[in-house]
Amino acid sequence: MNSFILRVTIRYLLPLLLLFSIYTFLRGHNEPGGGFAAGLIAAASLSLYTIAYGAKRARQVLSIDPRFLIGSGLLLALISGLIPILMGKPFLSGVWLKIPIPRNTPFDIGTPFFFDLGVFFVVAGVTLMFVFIFEEEI
Amino acid sequence: MTSLVVFAGFFAALFALWLTKKWRTRAGLILSVLPFLQVVFFLYLLFTKTAEPVRMNLPWGDIIGLSLAFNFDGLGLLFAVLISGIGFFVCLYASGYLKGHQDLGRFYFWLFIFMASMLGVVLSDNLILLFIFWELTSLSSFFLIGFKHDEQRSRDAALQALLVTGLGGLAMLAGFVLIGEISGTYVISELFHSGHLLRESTLYLPALILVLAGAFTKSAQFPFHFWLPNAMEAPTPVSAYLHSATMVKAGVYLLARLLPIMGGTAEWQNIIVVVGAITTVIGAILALGQTDLKRLLAYSTVSALGTMTMLLGYGDTLAVKACIIFITAHAFYKGALFMIAGSIDHEAGTRDIRFLGGLAKKMPVTAVTAAVAALSMAGVIPFFGFVAKEVLYERVLQANLWVLAAVVFAAFANVIVAILICINPFWRRPVEISDSPLKTIHEAPVAMLTGPIVLAFIGLMVGVFASGSGEIIKAVVSATVQQSVNIKLALWHGLTPPFILSLLTLIAGFGVYFLIPYLRILLQKLYRLPGPEKIYQLSWQFTLRFASIIIDKLQNGYLRYYLSTIIISVIGGAGLTLLLKGGLQLPEQLLAPRFYEIGLVLIVLIAAFYATIAKSRLAAVASMGAIGFSISILYLLFGAPDLSMTQFLIESLTVILFVVAFYHMPRFADFSSPHARVRDVFIALFTGALMTVLVMSSLGNRIFPPISQYYAENAYLLGHGRNVVNVILIDFRGIDTLGEITVLSIAALGVFALLKYRNRKGSKEISK
Repeated sequence: MNSFILRVTIRYLLPLLLLFSIYTFLRGHNEPGGGFAAGLIAAASLSLYTIAYGAKRARQVLSIDPRFLIGSGLLLALISGLIPILMGKPFLSGVWLKIPIPRNTPFDIGTPFFFDLGVFFVVAGVTLMFVFIFEEEI
Repeated sequence: MTSLVVFAGFFAALFALWLTKKWRTRAGLILSVLPFLQVVFFLYLLFTKTAEPVRMNLPWGDIIGLSLAFNFDGLGLLFAVLISGIGFFVCLYASGYLKGHQDLGRFYFWLFIFMASMLGVVLSDNLILLFIFWELTSLSSFFLIGFKHDEQRSRDAALQALLVTGLGGLAMLAGFVLIGEISGTYVISELFHSGHLLRESTLYLPALILVLAGAFTKSAQFPFHFWLPNAMEAPTPVSAYLHSATMVKAGVYLLARLLPIMGGTAEWQNIIVVVGAITTVIGAILALGQTDLKRLLAYSTVSALGTMTMLLGYGDTLAVKACIIFITAHAFYKGALFMIAGSIDHEAGTRDIRFLGGLAKKMPVTAVTAAVAALSMAGVIPFFGFVAKEVLYERVLQANLWVLAAVVFAAFANVIVAILICINPFWRRPVEISDSPLKTIHEAPVAMLTGPIVLAFIGLMVGVFASGSGEIIKAVVSATVQQSVNIKLALWHGLTPPFILSLLTLIAGFGVYFLIPYLRILLQKLYRLPGPEKIYQLSWQFTLRFASIIIDKLQNGYLRYYLSTIIISVIGGAGLTLLLKGGLQLPEQLLAPRFYEIGLVLIVLIAAFYATIAKSRLAAVASMGAIGFSISILYLLFGAPDLSMTQFLIESLTVILFVVAFYHMPRFADFSSPHARVRDVFIALFTGALMTVLVMSSLGNRIFPPISQYYAENAYLLGHGRNVVNVILIDFRGIDTLGEITVLSIAALGVFALLKYRNRKGSKEISK
């Protein structure tokens, strides 16, 4: 699609939207957001880029194949489910690590975080795969 | 540690895939090291540790009573020795038989999967574990029978074997569950002590019949015997290994294993003895008229399996002793003869005894080996087969006349089969000349000779030194009947009735052998009568026809019909249930709607209506978008920001996808006839009504306290997060999410395949 407005806008919007998607992902644990929504936002940003510049250049921006995103996302989710088994807990139970940081802010990191990251990758990968293939093949 | 010996085969199977790529010719040789080591290990245990069997029990799936329990007692170890011992020779044999075959890796992979699973079957001390290994043997058997997968016959035979043994296996699982429910344990060595509970239970007979269904299908008992001869489509090493020496004996093993638990009742004896005796006779009759060496051996195997089964039906010490000796002797000579049949096929290009003859000059070693194995099969003194037949006769002489007649007839047929195999191909002139001249024949390679020679001569040595193996047989029989028994074995008992009977069988067999060409014509007419296989074929055809009717209706290739089928099923299923079960309870009072809610609903209604009458695609998509966004605002108003956010994003992405796709879409056209539109209106109305009623009823019907309270309270405590929705998604109900992202990925792969490959072969249907 040859829209000058879109082409210029998306160049500035893309990093902002990706940043926003990471923000959405991180705040998801305490406020509305999370891996699913964040994955959709990330995919939406690159989809707009695809409309403006075509799938070929969008793929260069992404620099990895969406299929790789899907696979690694699934793997990440699976591994984060398997880690608790090694510690003698049931599959997919949360294992948490408390990281002490100054000023007494609670900061816990656990396997659900990586699970959510897996969801993020899968959702973004699947959506981008749809968009790229649509653009290239139809 | 010891359980690793059982599982080693699974690792070897993976290793085999790589190894056959690396060293095509040496792979079989290298791989055969594993079964060799295993047989040494099992022999060591069998000779030293049967008094105090090695047992282990590692937890696995406690909830369903599953544990990694193994029991290395006499019975299991005897089978383990046979499995790994014959496995070793089969491995060597296959390296010659399938030399340079392109799918060698696949072959060894499944062979080792089978070997490990079969060891698992005979060494498991847990019924559920035994079932898992049992099914794995069926599965590997399927792939090995269908090894020549480009041939229709192989595929049919593989499927038949899988269906018959698989259905039997399922019945067996149900039987095991009954046993577990009655006894409260699935551990076999614990069941030995609670057998009385089982035998006195009212569910004893159903449990017995279900378990027997598994054993009978696996061991090719009448009326399920037909799959075994068809399985001869497999490469010969597989036939020698799975379909004569090991897998088909799994059913016999199971009966022996369950004998002290379920045996000793009138039902046990009546069912098993009758089925076993019928199989003995049917197998013998079917064997006599065959001309294909492998089918000849296969039917005589069916007959032998019948005899083993029958003996376990009696279940007394003498019968068990006879059964164990017969199993061992049979494994040696039948394994050897199968491999010899394969060598003949490999070298001469045919297995039909009518076309074979005079091979003794060209394959002298094979000829002598065949003679040694056949003598054991015929039961000639001093071979092990003779010892087996002596004990067998000793037992059946005490039984009723019908059983005696059946066993003597089978032994008589066995003599004829043995002579047919060791004389006709080697020493006689071919009866008929084959159309294609026999290719230049020479002796089989060493790899293919080792197995038959060693197995045949073991059959001779064990016979000559029969008294030496008495201790082992004693240990095995003791483990089978679960009490210490005193057993001696001797080659020569004097001029006893069994010996005289044995002699008479031999003479009769030798006499009738000369009549076989005439008998064969008669028998082959008899074979044309419909048997149980006809039932299998009819039900298979019925299944296919029924399936094709359903598929023609449902899988018609039009997405809109798929959708309406799904929707109508939902309306029918959920709607009827709602009405019939009295779930239709509307809440007494609803909250009064606020004015902006009414506004949003109005927007939704108008947009929905406009979407159905829109004359352009853009208008339709825009109005659908309006619906979506309005609903997402409604979510927000009712306090579900996460849902609202996701809905909003999905709507946006849908629009983007449409924009990408629009450009390439065909002209907007109205495909539906007025008639179809009316129908669709009704479907839509009913769906909407159903959903509305469902949601309202779910407000009115509260059976359980809502779980949301628990989630809300524990989200931060257990899930370390304040966003309850997200904690539910990624932690509390993580496995659901894992399933969902998996489904999503599979759908993406489907879309990828559909769009990416539609320009290749067969693209027309897809791109329409």
